[in-house]
Amino acid sequence: MLTTLLIFVPLVGALLVWIAPLSRESTAGLALLVALAEVGLWLGSTRNFDFGSDVQQYSASQEWFEELGISYAVGLYGFQFWLVGLTVVVGACAIGYGAWANRDRARAYFGLMLFLIGSLVGVFASQDLILFYVFFEAMLIPIYVLVGVWGGPGRMKATLTFVLYTMAGSLLMLAAIIAFGISQGTFLLAEIGTSSNDLIFLGFMAAFAVKAPLLPFHGWLRAAYTEAPPEVAALLSGVVSKAAVFGLVWIVLPHFPQPVDDWRNVVLALAAATLVYGSVLAFRQPDVRGVIAYSSMGQMGLIVLGIFAVNDLGLDGAVLHSINHGLVSAGLFFVAGMIETRTGTGVFSELGGMAKGRPILATLVMVLGIFALAVPGSANFAGEFAILAGVFEHGWGYAAVGAGAIVLAALYALRLISAVLHERRGRSVREEPDDLVGSELILVVPLVAILAVLSAWPAGISERSFPADAPAAFIGAQSGEGLGTP
Amino acid sequence: MIPTPKVDWLALSPTLALLALSAVTLLGAVIVPRARVRAFSVVVSLLGFATSAVLAGIVFERSEEGTSLIAESMTRDRLGALAAVVIAVVGVAVVLLSAGDERRDHVGEYYALVAAAAAGMVFFVTAANLMTLFLALEWFSISLYVLCALDTHRKESLESGLKYLIVGSFGSGILLFGCALVYGATGELGFSAIQQATGADDPLFVTGMAMILAGLAFKISAAPFHMWTPDVYQGAPTGVTAFMAAATKVAGLVVTLRILVTAFPEQSEIWTTAVAVLAVASLAIGNLAAIAQRDVKRMLAYSSVSHAGFLLIAVVANTEDGATALLYYLVPYAAATVGLFAVVASRERELRRPVSLSALEGLGWERPFLGVAMWAFALSMAGFPLTGGFLGKLFVFSAAYDAGYWWLVVVGVVATALSLAYYLAIVRALYMRQSQVTGTVVAAGGSPPRDLLLNTGVGLALVVTIGSFFAVQPIVDLARDAAASLPF
Repeated sequence: MLTTLLIFVPLVGALLVWIAPLSRESTAGLALLVALAEVGLWLGSTRNFDFGSDVQQYSASQEWFEELGISYAVGLYGFQFWLVGLTVVVGACAIGYGAWANRDRARAYFGLMLFLIGSLVGVFASQDLILFYVFFEAMLIPIYVLVGVWGGPGRMKATLTFVLYTMAGSLLMLAAIIAFGISQGTFLLAEIGTSSNDLIFLGFMAAFAVKAPLLPFHGWLRAAYTEAPPEVAALLSGVVSKAAVFGLVWIVLPHFPQPVDDWRNVVLALAAATLVYGSVLAFRQPDVRGVIAYSSMGQMGLIVLGIFAVNDLGLDGAVLHSINHGLVSAGLFFVAGMIETRTGTGVFSELGGMAKGRPILATLVMVLGIFALAVPGSANFAGEFAILAGVFEHGWGYAAVGAGAIVLAALYALRLISAVLHERRGRSVREEPDDLVGSELILVVPLVAILAVLSAWPAGISERSFPADAPAAFIGAQSGEGLGTP
Repeated sequence: MIPTPKVDWLALSPTLALLALSAVTLLGAVIVPRARVRAFSVVVSLLGFATSAVLAGIVFERSEEGTSLIAESMTRDRLGALAAVVIAVVGVAVVLLSAGDERRDHVGEYYALVAAAAAGMVFFVTAANLMTLFLALEWFSISLYVLCALDTHRKESLESGLKYLIVGSFGSGILLFGCALVYGATGELGFSAIQQATGADDPLFVTGMAMILAGLAFKISAAPFHMWTPDVYQGAPTGVTAFMAAATKVAGLVVTLRILVTAFPEQSEIWTTAVAVLAVASLAIGNLAAIAQRDVKRMLAYSSVSHAGFLLIAVVANTEDGATALLYYLVPYAAATVGLFAVVASRERELRRPVSLSALEGLGWERPFLGVAMWAFALSMAGFPLTGGFLGKLFVFSAAYDAGYWWLVVVGVVATALSLAYYLAIVRALYMRQSQVTGTVVAAGGSPPRDLLLNTGVGLALVVTIGSFFAVQPIVDLARDAAASLPF
């Protein structure tokens, strides 16, 4: 019931915001209220959530399309609970950002944002393949319009490439879902069993490889992350990309043990390549958002590395790092947006010297940058370390590549910090200090605070993602056949 | 006293109601004062179509077992009744969308002809032998030929009527020739009698079957028999286009399914291949050609060709699941089609010129309700979730996969991907481009009066398009009952 509420509160809120003839300010206020109610709902659900139990929490199930064996089935396990939490928290901040940025056509804008949040929660809570696909596709609708209407000057091309890539991936997944579900007679994840069909496996992989993105499927990334409004980019890189994590952990691993085994080295190689390529490109980008975009791609490569380690450490690390990366990357996009509002540009050659007279901005950029480069002691370091340790058990080469990429992360993160904050004052940076104000701080500080808590206590997530803290055994048990060779 | 055969009036009632409606509106065109003809026709038509839909619903309810009527020339079964309900409801929506148009002449005739065409279609879907099949086909086709050319002051309308007449008659001719060949080979006219007749492996018989299929393919505008579609859809009055795209497709596909399954089950290996070829051709040609279109009605014409392809995939499956999927698919398809054309009609009236993609620019912000509705219709056509179009495609693909046609699923998925290019172009025009026409509209004296009836029609279509996603099971149950009347 609670899961259903978590999905439908934003969806109904979206409808309400869209229909109610309110002024721009009241619309923003109403949307913010809904988003905060959603956060409250999630926080409230923490109290009774039994992380140790291998029974789905807050599950609900209702026959929907009996003919094909499709149900509305939702429920949460630990890792889904954290992904939902990431969604509602970043979502509330994004809506706050939209209110702060005073977006025009407020009713449509906030309606679409809430719709996006609702469908994201739906993605992370689905326990039925078709339902998952429905939410997975539904979130494309608001993203398409949000980027296409409120985006930057190159938004048309950005939305087109984004939709082309995503749809190519998801339609392949749809074909795979049909083939898988019809041959098994159900679409319920708990009952569908396993398949050893390589084509079906690849259909799913195509969708998730585009969503993450992995190396050859990343063509949409730069334009989409650059042209989207900052808060939408924050949701895209921070939360939407985690749909791929969910899909890989909860659909691909348990239900395709044989193909996962066969294709494991291919996926790991792609993930490692993504990590290195993304990190190198992030270092070479001429603007703030470019760095965040490609660093995000690199980090997704790292997460996939952890997932395809297919062992306890790797999976725990992947979930923890998904949350970390979601928070860091969303925070960075918010800050990038704030910098852009102040200077009108995000290009490094026009920025610089912003630390002078702006201590709060400087501190925030510095802190987020340090999290991004995964300094030892940070939550991100904990996540990366677990991933690398996990993948080391499979092959030391991947761990070595991953460790090397952490150095690259330090390079691009430090370059970002120094290009924005230090060096000589750029042309577009005004002389009078225009530091962040309270209303902006409220949007980013919660994210940083959560990161700080996680740094002190990464086990808060990593030990509460899967029952009995045994991810591999638990995921393997889902299909009744266990996982491939660890 | 002359003995009279027993007539099942209830089974005939949906058709008779529409014929009566046609007669009343035609009389009204003469008797009712000129200024009130429109109001009179609209009210009577709404009542007539609604009555027909209700009667068809009653027939559906009371026809658990299929029976044949009038010397086995008609069938009373749930398949025909369900199709009749859909056609009559499409009729209601078309009347709503036409009510506000600026036609000055032939107002009464317009509604009379729409009713006559609908009556023909309702008769068509119950046809059980080759004679009634051809009779009904000509009945609604001739009504449509006239309807297309009804705007006599517009060159395009005349062109559309003439093209439809020539190509359509050609199609009917092929169908008739096919009927003759089948009759020649078997000596039978009734669908079930043909199935039982010997001589089925006669090449004459197979040629006849192929020609019947080709004739029907003309009507449902399946490629390569679709050449008339874009010109006719573009030139015809928009209300007529909406009616053709939605109702003719429903009637044509239901009859195609019925005749193939009841009369030619023994030849299923031949016709499934043929229909698969038609489906693939329609998907390829329809989608590729639609991408290049700038005129919205023309684009929707090609989109209707591509949907013929999706629907034929369900026919290829040749299973009860396939038939159910086909009938389900038709519901959101018909709703979204009428809805799209309704928005186009409203824009046409506002701008007083044909609606190209650029004419839609900014519509989403200027007319929020129509914009959101058109958005939803386009997404339904493209098969996005939260609309019935998604479940329709899913159901059709599942049926095809179940029947072993995995390659048709692949073709369908690729076609869906292609179709996004033009459906999203509509969304792009609605919301993401600066309006070029707002200025002129405002200068012409503010926004035009709100067309309450048209908005009602759009709202009805929107409810069906989205409702068929959430309430899929009740609709599928009805479709399943209807499909059960076919001998699989």
